Amino acid sequence: MRIGAYEIMNAYETVKAIVDRYGGKHDSVIAILQDVQSEYNYLPEDALRAVASQLGLPLIQVCGVATFFKAFSLKPRGEHTVRVCLGTACHVRGAPAVLDEAKRQLGIEPGNTTDDMRFTLETVNCLGACALGPIVVVDDEYQGQMGPGKVKKVLNKYKKTPRDRKHAEITVSS
Amino acid sequence: MQRLQSAVELEKLRGRILSQRKPEKPCISICGGTGCHAYGCEDIAKAFKNEIKRQGLSKQVELKVTGCHGFCERGPLIVVYPQKIFYQRVSPGDVSEIIAETIIKGNIIDRLLYVDPVSGEKAQFEKDVPFYKRQQRLVFGNNGLIDPTNIEDYLATGGYSALSRVLYNMQPEEVIEEIKKSDLRGRGGGGFPTGRKWESCRNAPSSDGIRYVICNADEGDPGAYMDRSLLEGNPHSVLEGMVIGAYAVGAHDGYVYVRLEYPLALKNLDIALGQAREYGFIGQNILGSGFDFNIKISRGGGAFICGESTALMASLEGRVGEPRPKHIHTALQGLYGKPTNLNNVETWANVPLIINRGADWYSQIGTDGSKGTKIFSLVGKINNTGLVEVPMGITLREIIYDIGGGIPHGKKFKAVQTGGPSGGCLPESLIDLPVDFDRLTRAGSIMGSGGMIIMDEGTCMVDIARYFVQFLTGESCGKCVPCREGLDRMLDILTDITEGKGKEEDIALLEELGDVIKEASLCALGSTAPNPVLSTIRYFRDEYEAHVIEKRCPAGVCKALITFTIDAEKCTGCGVCAKECPQGAISGEKKKPHIIDQEKCIKCGLCRDSCKFDAVIIL
Repeated sequence: MRIGAYEIMNAYETVKAIVDRYGGKHDSVIAILQDVQSEYNYLPEDALRAVASQLGLPLIQVCGVATFFKAFSLKPRGEHTVRVCLGTACHVRGAPAVLDEAKRQLGIEPGNTTDDMRFTLETVNCLGACALGPIVVVDDEYQGQMGPGKVKKVLNKYKKTPRDRKHAEITVSS
Repeated sequence: MQRLQSAVELEKLRGRILSQRKPEKPCISICGGTGCHAYGCEDIAKAFKNEIKRQGLSKQVELKVTGCHGFCERGPLIVVYPQKIFYQRVSPGDVSEIIAETIIKGNIIDRLLYVDPVSGEKAQFEKDVPFYKRQQRLVFGNNGLIDPTNIEDYLATGGYSALSRVLYNMQPEEVIEEIKKSDLRGRGGGGFPTGRKWESCRNAPSSDGIRYVICNADEGDPGAYMDRSLLEGNPHSVLEGMVIGAYAVGAHDGYVYVRLEYPLALKNLDIALGQAREYGFIGQNILGSGFDFNIKISRGGGAFICGESTALMASLEGRVGEPRPKHIHTALQGLYGKPTNLNNVETWANVPLIINRGADWYSQIGTDGSKGTKIFSLVGKINNTGLVEVPMGITLREIIYDIGGGIPHGKKFKAVQTGGPSGGCLPESLIDLPVDFDRLTRAGSIMGSGGMIIMDEGTCMVDIARYFVQFLTGESCGKCVPCREGLDRMLDILTDITEGKGKEEDIALLEELGDVIKEASLCALGSTAPNPVLSTIRYFRDEYEAHVIEKRCPAGVCKALITFTIDAEKCTGCGVCAKECPQGAISGEKKKPHIIDQEKCIKCGLCRDSCKFDAVIIL
């Protein structure tokens, strides 16, 4: 999903609406970046600059937060996010072999996106659905009791379909 | 809804709610925790809704989607009240039969009952299932009775009565005294006495009188999900605990810091908070008592270190989540430099219970130094994966065998890992160890937040140590050198060992490094980080030696030290593995045993995964 010129022009406005929602407070920077990211699916440079200038913070401080927390991505992400759970329970049940196979199938390392922008591969430290381990979550759908042999089939299911956005990011009212 | 203005109004409302409820009316309680969600419980709830409507039973039957019931292994779960009939592995196809047979005729459907794999006996009711029988579910037990999105369900179980008692009948000092007397210790990992923490926060000087309370819901330990399940299933119990704590320490603002990976917990907590405000349990002039307290929800950014109190507070202030040295406790100088009382989700949920039933009752449960119950998540190589709440002092054996049902596939138990990445691995020789804060620490592990990961003979302890160190290397914030550099070096050494490049002196070097990291790190993440390595060396030195000296992985896990081969006696020559092999490394005639070309094999395990005859073996 490449971001178009139109969106970049609008970064300032989009960010402003979000910053205003939090009353422009410095301590809301993490929440603001989270909302900006759900808007763009990643944090474009222009949006980071807009956040910094609108909050009156040095850009380096905003970038520091954006690079410290794992929830943020500075690179555009693919249509589908494939998350392989590497929690301890999944690990002892064979998650590393599942991850290896996902890497092989997609041809990328975790944290990267396929060239066709279809899939982003990520690892997660525990989803707390340990009874189903090893677990792979594609977008919001849980695939339980995975083995390396099931990876290809699961990925094929998502190859041609767009992301189901019915469970959009959760925002909290307070 | 008008905000409640007094304790009397609350009791009137409770009376009205209870009078409208008929205990004899059938109620179908569907587990809607994250685990059962993953199994597809939403479709079952939908099917029930449609079937009830189709049969015109809306008035006669109640349907409730609740939080986690605990027995994740057998999900999707449903319990039919009032008898508490327990059905497991339910699918949407079973729904019309449950309505026709169980709800209308009162018959039990045999096929959906739980069968005890040991005795072969069927359990009809929830209380007869061995998984539940040995538990004491004081904090977690109401989950099955409560629709977390409906505050009236919480009020029907006696909710917010502790709060009204505290606000109207107790001075803040008395509340602190009661919590101190109960000997409640922090459930987040440290085990610090909660009452003492509250007292120092209350007594800490604050120039403008501002104090904060925080609920730490940044549950980052892999394999631990009890905090999430409490927030998802019974959010009001946590909120009630927080308001009581705020009253005791004199705070008017509070935060719940929730891990980002927990969308359902965030959603249910947000709904609960809205309802608590609407009813007058949170906000200005709570229950007409004149006490004000507001709560904000903050979403974490996905950093394990933010479970550490000072890092969490930095993150709440909008900064990078780096910890600071704790020469001055956060109870004295925490969020924005003000006295701050931080407790974990489970600790907060214990508070209303203690107030309602008294410190004397509470402190009868448990051991000398650890009172009450603890929720553990029992996961890994165990038959009954799930959340269990047991009194402190129960033995590991009771948890693993009586509740957990032992190890799957008849394999041998090897170790239990407690306390998350900062904890340790305890061997079979310690299986009769009573579980409490102090005994776990003495055995070289910790209670932590309550993850219990069971490992069998197919788990390599060196690989597990490497796994945890890799996890912690990725999560180290990088601020202090011993943790940042020390863990990196540990990971290098452990990786070498698992790849067959280990040297004999490496084990001693790991121990030395571990001691330095323990002593010299800035925060608890670093100072406990070597635990998984030190405890596995302490109890499983022979496995390290097998890797280093014999270049052998006894558990058959470390890729560089194993080979995949085909058992000619079991192989039927079906050819599935050859088709699956991405390297074209498997060959053989049809219906004749196949062989693996070791030169080409990348040990991906696809052949083993695809073989229906267990003919692919690891040597």
